[in-house]
Amino acid sequence: MSGDAILKVRDLKRDYVIKGGIFTKPRILSAVKGVSFDVERGTTLAVVGESGCGKSTLARILTMIDPATAGTVEIDGQPIDIAKYGVSREMRQKVQIVFQNPYGSLNPRQKIGAVLEEPLLLNTDMPAAERRDAALAMLQKVGLKPEHYGRYPHMFSGGQRQRIAIARSIMLKPKLLVLDEPVSALDLSVQAQILNLLADLQEEFNLTYVFISHDLSVVRYIADKVMVMYFGEAVEYGTRDEVFDNPRHSYTKTLFAATPRADVNSIKARLAKRAA
Amino acid sequence: MPLLEIRNLVVEFDTAAGPFRALDGVDYTVDAGEVLAIVGESGSGKSVAMLAVMGLLPDTATITADRMAFEGRDLATLSPKDRRQVIGKDISMIFQEPIASLNPCFTVGFQIGEVLKTHTRLSGSERAARVIELLKAVGIPEPERRLSSFPHQMSGGQCQRVMIAMAIACSPKLLIADEPTTALDVTIQKQILDLLLKLQAESGMGLIMITHDMGVVAETADRVVVQYQGRQMEEADVLSLFESPKHPYTKALLSALPENATGDRLPTVGDFRALFETAPKEATA
Amino acid sequence: MTEASATQTPATETAVAAKLASESRNATKAMLTEFWYYFSQNRGAVIGLAFFLALVVVAVFAPLVAPHAPDTQYRDSFLTPPVWEAGGKAAFLLGTDAVGRDILSRLIYGARYSLFIGVIVVTIALSGGIVLGVIAGYFRGAVDTFIMRVMDIILAFPSLLLALVLVAILGPGLTNAMIAIALVLQPHFVRLTRAAVLSERNRDYVVAARLAGAGNMRLMFKTILPNCLSPLIVQATLSFSSAILDAAALGFLGMGAQPPTPEWGTMLAEAREFILRAWWVVTFPGLAILITVLAINLVGDGLRDALDPKLKRS
Repeated sequence: MSGDAILKVRDLKRDYVIKGGIFTKPRILSAVKGVSFDVERGTTLAVVGESGCGKSTLARILTMIDPATAGTVEIDGQPIDIAKYGVSREMRQKVQIVFQNPYGSLNPRQKIGAVLEEPLLLNTDMPAAERRDAALAMLQKVGLKPEHYGRYPHMFSGGQRQRIAIARSIMLKPKLLVLDEPVSALDLSVQAQILNLLADLQEEFNLTYVFISHDLSVVRYIADKVMVMYFGEAVEYGTRDEVFDNPRHSYTKTLFAATPRADVNSIKARLAKRAA
Repeated sequence: MPLLEIRNLVVEFDTAAGPFRALDGVDYTVDAGEVLAIVGESGSGKSVAMLAVMGLLPDTATITADRMAFEGRDLATLSPKDRRQVIGKDISMIFQEPIASLNPCFTVGFQIGEVLKTHTRLSGSERAARVIELLKAVGIPEPERRLSSFPHQMSGGQCQRVMIAMAIACSPKLLIADEPTTALDVTIQKQILDLLLKLQAESGMGLIMITHDMGVVAETADRVVVQYQGRQMEEADVLSLFESPKHPYTKALLSALPENATGDRLPTVGDFRALFETAPKEATA
Repeated sequence: MTEASATQTPATETAVAAKLASESRNATKAMLTEFWYYFSQNRGAVIGLAFFLALVVVAVFAPLVAPHAPDTQYRDSFLTPPVWEAGGKAAFLLGTDAVGRDILSRLIYGARYSLFIGVIVVTIALSGGIVLGVIAGYFRGAVDTFIMRVMDIILAFPSLLLALVLVAILGPGLTNAMIAIALVLQPHFVRLTRAAVLSERNRDYVVAARLAGAGNMRLMFKTILPNCLSPLIVQATLSFSSAILDAAALGFLGMGAQPPTPEWGTMLAEAREFILRAWWVVTFPGLAILITVLAINLVGDGLRDALDPKLKRS
């Protein structure tokens, strides 16, 4: 931890206005209520929370899909404000996202090669042959084969699709990768493979991850820092060991208690209780 | 006599690419008062078997079994009428998507009442009382008021509670829960699992938990069947499964759990594949 | 990144490219095979397709297939009955009309008009409908409201009546009839496209493409549109048949193709006064319209089965 923060977020807020009917006033729903955090280069921040806690809204702001209502976001020293200035090519190359559902995040009518080459086509002046080589090299890097280049997404399993989605997201060599529940839709064994792949890529490209998840066991495995969100607020923020060993907020404690444990001792305890 | 006994069940589907064998000779036994977990990843056929028992598979499926008996009665030879009596009354099922499993056009109270109307001879007022009793049993606050709620007015966890109320409405002897908590948040999952176990312990019914989550298995099951690509890999009581898994696939699954991680990288099932693809059912012995 | 390619000689380079191209073709082929499997499950659709293809062949080779020219009048055989009736002649298999023209030949030539009408009308309605529908569904807001209200107004008219009014304004004739029919059919395509775009535009892959830097045009027509085509293809087939039907109706009312064009509807109109005396002059053009429309609708049904995303696993 060199204090070299690639992502600085200060007091970030996001409100949604829910349109009123003829007789009702419009309501304001705060999805994110003032969140601040830093992420150091090459590390992983895990954002934990349950549905509706604002973690996906946060992901959309960080990836410049939606604007923030208030607060500042600084990526690699540059402030972003898409409501005012839009997204420049340069900024787009710094942040990318991987979605939860690998079945929805790939265009069903686009062959894998085209999926991987699209970011290059739109953001660089690379000639076609070079783009193809880059895509092929990337396929290999994420553990797929060159013959997958010409296939359609539906010919792949969920885990393979997630590999493709990850490959697409790092085609432009981003600095920061937002991972929105990237392994939640995957089988256990595939989840392990994808987590390994993410670890490999982080090492190789010195990537910074914002890893959004509801699964504490995954978070504990992958995170350097953890932020727990509850109804739009960050109720707990600290290094992994601080949060897991000494949770302060009652919600964090509830969350930990509710997570199923697959170790022998807790099974023994449960069976003893059941027998009694 | 076991509650549900299935021997050598084979299910095949007709597909564009020819017949596909979803289940290849699996056996299950569930006793009254027992919690059996069927655990496997997608493509393991873990849901197919129970859908076959319930008769919920599409027409493209061919089902064969040496024995498929509920309380000693062969399900295959039952007349459709008797079968309907058994299924829905003595065996009931809850599914993964609670909100999608409820009909959005009718109130919760009406939908539970329908189940009672089909399978019991209760009068209208008795039914209404029973519905409230059921909602109370599954822990829905203010059941009288909730009767007239529509599914979209309730949260996912509450919808799953309603589904459970419907499933236990006729005091089934066997409840099949197909990934009952996969779509729910962790804290809600805990509540639903606790509820299912409490109901099971109170009524002494058999409970089959179909899941992909080893954590859920560890928290609920008495006995576990591990499946992989339509075949049964291992069957064991829950403690010995976690303490000393016999089949390489089970070992692989357990070591792929992030909480069991020891090194820098997780071991993956792929590392074990050569072992268990050559060693099929023998390891279950 | 390019170290792999840097070490490659040009020869292996082309070999790689060829291999990729063949893989790519295989993938496309697999898609088509799957499509054909689902389509061929529907027997009616296959029969309809066979009939339709036969009709296309007959229409294309009409001068070779037809026993007579469509407008040759045989003065010695007015209203000759079909060959199996008393008084029928072997030269005129389906009989002749009131001025001695061979009905079979006229039907064969008429197939050209019907197919031509279908193709042109569907092309105009489809391309216009897609553009308007994609714009409405993608941009929403005022643009959407404006386009959809105009379409609602068009839909509020009885379709044939509107076509009649348009033809009355533009003047009778086949071209104007086709334009009118295309305009009448357009709103269906707009609505369908818009609905499909609405359901696709918030999918993750669209967001991903936007993050990759795709602009509005690319998102609309390259990312979203290909995923909206299935319902449009089905609707296009069904519209093909209603175009033929509407054109025939306009022809029958004297507002479409003008005599002596051997268009099926026009043939019916010409034969009106002989309905009681010579059943064949009305029956055969009528049957031709009926069977063609039926065949195309069957194909449309089959396409719907084959393209319905619910049947697919992905």
